[in-house]
Amino acid sequence: MIAKLGTLTVSILQGLSSVVWMVRETVSEIAERIASHRTPFRWEDFFYQCNRVGVGSVPMVVLLSVFVGLTMALLTGYQLQSFGLVTLVPAVVSVSFTREMGPLFTGIVLASRIGAAYTAELGAMTSGGEVDAIEGMGIGALRYLVTPRLLAILCLTPCLTVIAVLSGILGGAFISSLMLQISFGYFYDQVMTNLLVKDLMAGIVKSFLFGGIIGVIACYKGLAVRGGAVGVGIATTSSVVSAITTVIICDSFCNVFIVIFFP
Amino acid sequence: MSAGTAKLVEMRDVKFQFADKVILKGIDFSVQAQEVLVIMGLSGGGKSTLLSILMGLLKPSAGSVLFKNQDMTKLSRSKLNEARTHIGMVYQNAALISSMTVRENIGFPLDQLSDKTDKEIGAVIDQKLELVGLKDAGDKLPSELSGGMQKRVGLARALALDPELVLFDEPTAGLDPINTETIDDLIIQLREKQKVTSIIVTHEMESAFAVATRMAFLYEGKITLEGTPEQFRHSDIPIVSKFLSSYSKHESAKE
Repeated sequence: MIAKLGTLTVSILQGLSSVVWMVRETVSEIAERIASHRTPFRWEDFFYQCNRVGVGSVPMVVLLSVFVGLTMALLTGYQLQSFGLVTLVPAVVSVSFTREMGPLFTGIVLASRIGAAYTAELGAMTSGGEVDAIEGMGIGALRYLVTPRLLAILCLTPCLTVIAVLSGILGGAFISSLMLQISFGYFYDQVMTNLLVKDLMAGIVKSFLFGGIIGVIACYKGLAVRGGAVGVGIATTSSVVSAITTVIICDSFCNVFIVIFFP
Repeated sequence: MSAGTAKLVEMRDVKFQFADKVILKGIDFSVQAQEVLVIMGLSGGGKSTLLSILMGLLKPSAGSVLFKNQDMTKLSRSKLNEARTHIGMVYQNAALISSMTVRENIGFPLDQLSDKTDKEIGAVIDQKLELVGLKDAGDKLPSELSGGMQKRVGLARALALDPELVLFDEPTAGLDPINTETIDDLIIQLREKQKVTSIIVTHEMESAFAVATRMAFLYEGKITLEGTPEQFRHSDIPIVSKFLSSYSKHESAKE
């Protein structure tokens, strides 16, 4: 038991140090490239990744958020009805979606949709010798492959989070007017009254963090693939599981931090 | 020392081990400009590892690897990347970027590492495609090419930056005799017309004797024999003569 725990700890620490090494090397390759007056990555690669991460994920994020918002408003409303507090539904839905559900669900969608794609893509390139070939040409595989992917997910996660929040609140407003007799106008007023700037900031900061976590884990797992097609499959599964787990754990720590320091 | 006989590559007591397995036990050899050195040896003997060490993709456990008198094992990353632009590598599986067309693959190092305009890059691509005889395959994806064509595209990409040294990892393995001859001719042409130095790792004896100006035999992590193709043919070192005779027997059986 203790031996297993030791092995697990060692492997987690090794993974963490490799991730830190990858990020450090990527940043230093970018810096060297900029110092030699060259663009660190191809803009068309960056925009291609942005399109994939952002535009491609919008339908799924909207669909998921609308239904979660709808369910949340409905269940909260029925519980609060018995205490005569149904008017609190807009505040509960908007604040919890902005601070918690929006960033978290966006993170989960991106981890499963984009994180898996990044890992599979880079994994196939690694096992096919393409990554070594890029490195061998003196191009800098980390800079060329990781930078546009990481930047795209970092920039687009907050944008998708905003879309998720709006969709969730709209879903909540729709079901509230249909089943809880709360008009759209009253719902809107309550949202504007109860939603604070700190709630918005908490959601946006979290989403940046989640985007970074998903991108770094996905790229690392892809570049560390061993063992051909089977290895790519294993790495992809592991990437999604690790990214979702880390995002949820990180979310909890963020909430504790926000509650303590920004009550 | 005159430029023509200057050592372009030198390996000094290079050792490499992976976990507990010792792969190279101290390799010493040098390659002069415009030579074609063929390295032979048994499968799994560390020949491809040797090329990866030369490219700086693997770090040796001990020893030094000199390319144009710079120790590749001690260079900073930016200097190493700069040195790599003078070395081309043709991989055993071609290692072309699968999402790029043939033209994009060949133009990739030029686009990333040179200051050439798109028009100039296009001209270089055309020239390299013509050199490897694939003028009409420019818009194809690697998956649409045969193994021999992929290797020729790999060679065109390796030559895109006009390197001084080209490393070949099993360039003719698995190819039919006609494609093998095409690749062999290209290697000879590179040496004679473009003054390129080559280091080739291969099992194909016919190709090896056709292109080599010098040969080396890697066995149990060490260079057992280094010499001219003629010295190889008449070697009385047991493993070398066994290797050559196995090949001769195999060829006779095929005939």
